[in-house]
Amino acid sequence: MAMGSASTVPVVDVATAGLRASIDPAGHRPKEENMNSPNRLDLYRGMVRIRRYESRILQEYHADKKPAWDIGAGLIPGEMHLAAGQEPTAVGVCAHLEKGDAITAPHRPHHFALAHGVDMNAMTAEIYGRTTGLCRGKGGHMHLFDPGNHFSCSGIIAEGYPVACGQALAFKRRGTDRVAVAVAGEGAANQGAFHESLNLAALWNLPVVFVIEDNDWAISVPRSRSTATASNADRAAGYGIPGVRVEDNEVEVVFEAAGAAVERARSGEGPSLIEIHTLRLWGHFEGDAQAYRGADLETVDERDPIPRYATALLESGDLTEDRILTIAAEADAEVDAAIAFAVDSPVPAPEDALLSVFA
Amino acid sequence: MTVTEIPTRRITTAKAMAEAIALEMRADPDVFVMGEDVGPYGGIFGSTTDLFDEFGADRVIDTPISETGFIGAGIGAAIEGLRPVVELMFVDFYGVCMDQISNHMAKIHYESGGAVKVPMVLMAAAGAGYSDGAQHSQCLWGTFAHLPGIKVVVPSNPYDAKGLMTSAIRDDNPVLFLFHKGAQGLVWMKKNPRSIADVPEEAFTVAIGEAALAREGTDVTIVTLSLSVQHSLDVAEQLEAEGISVEIVDLRSLVPLDRDTVLDSVAKTGRLLVVDEDYESFGLTGEIAAVVAETDPTMLKKPLRRLAVPDVPIPYARTLEYGILPTREKIAAAVKDLMA
Ligand SMILES: Cc1ncc(C[n+]2csc(CCOP(=O)(O)OP(=O)(O)O)c2C)c(N)n1
Repeated sequence: MAMGSASTVPVVDVATAGLRASIDPAGHRPKEENMNSPNRLDLYRGMVRIRRYESRILQEYHADKKPAWDIGAGLIPGEMHLAAGQEPTAVGVCAHLEKGDAITAPHRPHHFALAHGVDMNAMTAEIYGRTTGLCRGKGGHMHLFDPGNHFSCSGIIAEGYPVACGQALAFKRRGTDRVAVAVAGEGAANQGAFHESLNLAALWNLPVVFVIEDNDWAISVPRSRSTATASNADRAAGYGIPGVRVEDNEVEVVFEAAGAAVERARSGEGPSLIEIHTLRLWGHFEGDAQAYRGADLETVDERDPIPRYATALLESGDLTEDRILTIAAEADAEVDAAIAFAVDSPVPAPEDALLSVFA
Repeated sequence: MTVTEIPTRRITTAKAMAEAIALEMRADPDVFVMGEDVGPYGGIFGSTTDLFDEFGADRVIDTPISETGFIGAGIGAAIEGLRPVVELMFVDFYGVCMDQISNHMAKIHYESGGAVKVPMVLMAAAGAGYSDGAQHSQCLWGTFAHLPGIKVVVPSNPYDAKGLMTSAIRDDNPVLFLFHKGAQGLVWMKKNPRSIADVPEEAFTVAIGEAALAREGTDVTIVTLSLSVQHSLDVAEQLEAEGISVEIVDLRSLVPLDRDTVLDSVAKTGRLLVVDEDYESFGLTGEIAAVVAETDPTMLKKPLRRLAVPDVPIPYARTLEYGILPTREKIAAAVKDLMA
């Protein structure tokens, strides 16, 4: 990964170069030297697992909101931000993380939670607001806290960035080689907390990886109407840290970019930023009619990263049609079991609302 | 003699807000709107419906997610004589921009010895009841009302929303306009029929600082605001059948606070319940209690009751959330308690 600067921003574009293309245009990191070469089947399986999860939550979320659609009704009430289309980001990054590494995720957290090892049952039970949930029903889908996996979320845009810096500070002071990953959308990169965090992380040489999921939209506002720069790698350069923009929504490309950034953080060399041009396959939240999205919506299915990866793996011989079916079936079984666990779990008693204000 | 009928039609609170803004924009080129998703989307809670189509991207501006930036820019534009209507999508997001609100929007007029005016409206959605969790469900009006220099307006119905919005835009002071999501009349959220009502088509004002008697009664006074007015009206209708006559004071604004209307009502009924969806301690319910206690505590035949969110963040799960919200059931029980 090259040091970004305003004039020479390393841009990765594998659309023409093929899946195994080197991600570093400067040629610093030949593939063979990569710390972890990708297990393609694992990457595929990880993405399918997330997609099956999001698809089933989508179904369940809408199932009991009929006939008059009411956001507060049903077994899963409230806002629901699903991450279908963004699987390459979470899977590509988390493949490099170990237990003990931290993630701060935003309002759209399921893919990172699952890829980082958050227990699917406990997470699902939280989404269903049950006592067996990660947060005993107090948090909900935007506020998943799993201290065992150093995983947290915030529904306030960009406010996970400073927290990741603090976790990285703790890791560093304790002399560990743990890494903190701060995840948010491209919309969040216009928030003060993002810029303050980049400066802090650079100044204190913190083991942080800033991951920006650029899915083109912040609710109804396209990037072109929110952001003055074409690449957030430029902004990283402004704070003196390496930045790359991964132009293609391909898991192996993300994997390679993330490998360099995580390794850099783990070895004490400091923070870096990866912006991934990904895809919001569905609405901002469930119930979003997406009228604002226009022609962009017509091509989303073609841009779906999972079938594309499956095709590539079939061609390369890493995957067979049979295997595709088994992987999907395994994912479905796991997700169904998690939903059953959630639905069978007790609902919290109203008076439990008064608990846990203070430690 | 001919009676001129004022044309009205039934519209939602959201539509009433947008209509008030549109009328002011037509009348005054200095009025403009900015915020997140206020453009083609029309505001997440409908407060800017159709404005983009009529006024275009120049006067209905979608902003980046940079609340400090665009709220501060609203202040600057107001200082230069424009009349910005700025939306903070959820009041809960105040945390990322509170310095502009409290140290600048609220204080500049005073700090300047009255030399500088900040005629802006900051509108934001508030309220719970649909499992949006601790960061998207707060009311927080008491927090802002505590800070000198901001008028704080909180309508409970479409008519007031339109009239108060018009007054807010014409006001030379910063006005925080907090609308409850559950009272917007949104098609995608459970709503009380009171969120859709007759509203005149033309521009009109409702004076900021005047409470309304939402219902007259003789036994118990409920002082409240926002969605809790709708709940209280439902409860009052139900209790009437049981022989309890409830009077409801809809404060409509916290700053200025219409103390007289509160005191007149309490003097009449001798029993007071204050209902608030904001946190209980150090807030509106305590303030109303103080108004009564400072004036004449002997007006009360019984100790007053407060019904507010006990001092906990708003939890996600429905049972937990409704465990702490001031529901109709809890309002009815508190009124009966006062009558016991
Ligand atoms: C401080 C703050 N402002 C506004 C919002 C409302 N909001 C929630 S998600 C969102 C868009 C976020 O866009 P982006 O960061 O690109 O992430 P995406 O939703 O595309 O994943 C907005 C404006 C919020 N939650 N917090």
